[in-house]
Amino acid sequence: METRSFYNQILTEHNLRPANKHPLEGANMELRGVNPSCGDNITLQLRVENGVVEDGAYVGDGCAISQASADIMLDLVIGRSVDEALHLSKLFLRMIKGKVTDEELEELEEAGALQDISHMPARVKCAVLGWHTLDTLLDPDAENED
Amino acid sequence: MTKQEILAEDLAIRSRFPLIAGHPEIAYLDNAATTQRPDTVLSAIEKFYREDNANPLRGLYALSQRATDAYENARENVRAFLNASSTEEIIFTRNASESLNLVAYSWCSAFLKAGDEILVTIMEHHSDMLPWRQAAERVGATLRFLECDDEGLITEEAFRAALTEKTRLVAMVQISNVLGVENDIRTFAAIAHAQGAVFVCDGAQSVPHIPVDVQALDVDFLAFSGHKMCGPMGIGVLYAKKQWLKKMPPFLYGGEMIEYVTREDATWAELPHKFEAGTVNASGAVGLSAAVDLYREIGFDTIVRREQRLGRLAFEVLSANEHIHIIGAKNADAHHGIFTFTLDGVHPHDIATILDGDNVYIRAGHHCAQPLMQFLQTPSTARVSLAFYNTEEEILRLGECLGQIRGKMGYGD
Ligand SMILES: Cc1ncc(COP(=O)(O)O)c(C=O)c1O
Repeated sequence: METRSFYNQILTEHNLRPANKHPLEGANMELRGVNPSCGDNITLQLRVENGVVEDGAYVGDGCAISQASADIMLDLVIGRSVDEALHLSKLFLRMIKGKVTDEELEELEEAGALQDISHMPARVKCAVLGWHTLDTLLDPDAENED
Repeated sequence: MTKQEILAEDLAIRSRFPLIAGHPEIAYLDNAATTQRPDTVLSAIEKFYREDNANPLRGLYALSQRATDAYENARENVRAFLNASSTEEIIFTRNASESLNLVAYSWCSAFLKAGDEILVTIMEHHSDMLPWRQAAERVGATLRFLECDDEGLITEEAFRAALTEKTRLVAMVQISNVLGVENDIRTFAAIAHAQGAVFVCDGAQSVPHIPVDVQALDVDFLAFSGHKMCGPMGIGVLYAKKQWLKKMPPFLYGGEMIEYVTREDATWAELPHKFEAGTVNASGAVGLSAAVDLYREIGFDTIVRREQRLGRLAFEVLSANEHIHIIGAKNADAHHGIFTFTLDGVHPHDIATILDGDNVYIRAGHHCAQPLMQFLQTPSTARVSLAFYNTEEEILRLGECLGQIRGKMGYGD
């Protein structure tokens, strides 16, 4: 099993030096996500105005995959509309299930670096923690697949 | 022993385990979760199904008698292994968890009353904690926790202080699956008895690694799983003193556990069948018996000697890494081959995943002992656990791979 491919520089960089891991001043939305099986947790905070994710941050504890994935996610969605953010989170969740096209992968930018986690079922929950939390926060009424 | 002698012994032992012999690239260091199986266990299971298969204890024909004999011979073999005084005291279950649940349901339903106390230690596996909590809740009894010190030690004074007039039952692990420490079961059982409490011992991690003599320990109940001692999954054992089994109601109801049934009434079968409802796992018992034979053949002298040597090396290798912190005792031999640790700056799940890439297999998480992890304030840890078939080479490989992890995670040290 090739593990080096997903403990790549993008992931380790976001884990060691996360830009978005801090409490957020002026947040108007907040949700805590937890993986009960391993204890990984993040609290996601957003400032959403006029349908746009103006700012976002998270705090939490957990493995490099869960924490870096949340950081990468925030880089990607800050400044986007809520609809775009939801679209990206759905794309990410689909990527982890191994079902995206190359163009879609492009859209995910750095988050595409987590693609290979789809081969490690035990770690999928870590990678999607932040994204599930985002999805639920922005669209609480939607049915979560899975 | 010379280096050559050790290598020859490694080879002789490892050639008995097909998965190990067939995969020299794997360093399997998660033996506290489950062990590997030797060829003799695999062939015993197959032989049962090829040659002796019928429903044991039921049929009136020769083949069923052979199946019954195979099953009952396995029971006798386990009895001898534990030095129990009678096969009536050996109940086959699915695993240690079921054995403990059996006592928690059956004994507690008959003997635990509102206001009574059950005492467990903080280092119990969930399987030796949750059944007692449920039992206590059912009757309005209280579950109390006995803490250890940061090296995992429970002193006699601490134990005496935790017992009260109301303590009816004490449940304690013999060797902790997290800390590797051994509790002095013989002493604690004697103290509990003097106070009028029964003593339940979780032997899941001790029976596979040290000689366990239930009469010498004088425990009332002892539970363990076959799969942690090279036997198959799905077979476990409850040793229980006959005086209790006679008075306890059945745990599960069904076929084989009755003598006589009318529409309104039933007479329970003799021991131990009263506690083995339904068709039994005969092939599992036969496989476990083959595992017992292997233990006898290799001998605990050799098993303990090997695990001690490997344990000292593992302790040394882990301690040599300044970023690694072993939880528990500062003395290698006190760990019984179980080393739970943290590595600065790297989450245990990442450690296990990266080691997986090096074919070094260890456990990460809370090890089904969350209250202990909370008590030690280490929510998640990595764990290496050894068996007698491990080698020095595997441990050196572990040390080397652990040494590279911080670099792989982007730390520049
Ligand atoms: C100390 C201890 N008790 C009980 C158990 C439960 O064993 P099983 O899952 O085989 O029932 C384990 C296994 O993880 C253990 O380590």
